[in-house]
Amino acid sequence: CSCAVVNAVLEIEASKVGCSVPAARKTGTTICGVVFKDGVVLGADTRATEGMIVADKNCSKIHYISPNIYCCGAGTAADTEMTTQLISSNLELHSLSTGRLPRVATANRMLKQMLFRYQGYIGAALVLGGVDCNGPHLYSIYPHGSTDKLPYVTMGSGSLAAMAVFEDRYKPDMEEDAAKQLVRDAIAAGIFNDLGSGSNIDLCVITKNKVNYIRPHDEANKKGVRTGDYKYKQGTTGVLTKAVTPIDLELLEESVQTMDTS
Amino acid sequence: MRGQPLLSPVIHREKMAAAPVMMPYFGQQISSKSDLVPDWTRQEVSTGTTIMAVEYDGGVVIGADSRTTTGAYIANRVTDKLTRIHDKIYCCRSGSAADTQAIAEVVAYQLGFHSIELDEPPLVETAANLFRASCYRYREELTAGILVAGWDKRKGGQVYSVPIGGMLVRQPVSVGGSGSTYIYGFMDANYKPGMNKEQCMEITAAALSLAMERDGSSGGVVRLASISEEGVERRVILGNQLPKFSTH
Repeated sequence: CSCAVVNAVLEIEASKVGCSVPAARKTGTTICGVVFKDGVVLGADTRATEGMIVADKNCSKIHYISPNIYCCGAGTAADTEMTTQLISSNLELHSLSTGRLPRVATANRMLKQMLFRYQGYIGAALVLGGVDCNGPHLYSIYPHGSTDKLPYVTMGSGSLAAMAVFEDRYKPDMEEDAAKQLVRDAIAAGIFNDLGSGSNIDLCVITKNKVNYIRPHDEANKKGVRTGDYKYKQGTTGVLTKAVTPIDLELLEESVQTMDTS
Repeated sequence: MRGQPLLSPVIHREKMAAAPVMMPYFGQQISSKSDLVPDWTRQEVSTGTTIMAVEYDGGVVIGADSRTTTGAYIANRVTDKLTRIHDKIYCCRSGSAADTQAIAEVVAYQLGFHSIELDEPPLVETAANLFRASCYRYREELTAGILVAGWDKRKGGQVYSVPIGGMLVRQPVSVGGSGSTYIYGFMDANYKPGMNKEQCMEITAAALSLAMERDGSSGGVVRLASISEEGVERRVILGNQLPKFSTH
């Protein structure tokens, strides 16, 4: 049984005007993260879908949480965007209160407690990663509020394809370049084998002192160049007759409203 | 978008099953109609589990498998379902992963606060009652089957069972989760009171192996822990090192 969550009032109002309620935009996505020797690498594709249509060919799914913590989001695009922004804001206030760089575990707690409170109605599936005073950390967070702390995680509709790559090639304590290549390949597996994922690959490499937000890291799906042209030269279609009717417009009133820019 | 991680068993809300039953969990699911999103992504995350706790003279042995599922996909194959509530009090979680994590964190906070007030290590019975309070009050909203086990000065090693619905009962041995149905017979036949720590470890590992072999929602590695006056000792038994019972 899948109970569709439906805004009945909105549907009635919309049908009165002759429209239908638009489908929520989802990021039918591939996102993943990996812990390597000096930090974490987060990766994401860049396709956002509305049903079967691509709504955004190059959306950014790796969200800023704090200078040392970033979060990839799959699920309902609005939910991931607003949730990460809210926790980012609260975490900045918390960081000012403690006088310390925020910890990934804190962000994890804040996110899971909020998502649990909404009992899964906030459709945000997140991959949270960062480096803090206790080293690199990586969490996967589900819409109902459960979290897993692991060395490598994948989420989204393309997560199975990406996980297959990780399970084959992950090793503990990889070097940065090997980790980047692994994440790139995992996202590519999602992009090419999952219809809900596509376009480019974004990476975010977080280490103790530096964050490298690489957007795009790999333009896996460049738009092709048209080999032909549908433009026709002027004169291709012969003109038989031509009739020009000027439309006379009479100026009735002219008034000037100044804007108060003081 | 993936569904919620579950630690099954899940039972229909209409029935009060005495033993956990393997039934699909019809939790609230987000609307995703046409979709490129496959079906298993819309399932709640479940720790479709086997958990166990055994008392011995001087402490307890607790054990669990390590599989968390969303539908037919294994979201985490190395889950740690033995959650620390206090220094010498642990709980084994089964049911909805989100529900049990949230409850365990709340109880850990409450117990930590209480222990500081007392200026004394807390009692296992206190922890069990805190679990029961949350699980009973919110019984309609929650899917959580929990075993609370630990050591305290007053009564030594204790195992308390807080199944779905929020009952509280102390038992010398308790099993839980979807895989537990396969080992009730094994436990009835093989458990004898008065076993020592190593024997408890062996019987727990054996029982969990048997359950993991038969229950699709249980698997991965076996996590064991023993809690006594000396402290907590944790062990992991990897797949290839598990006791084998089948010869074919």
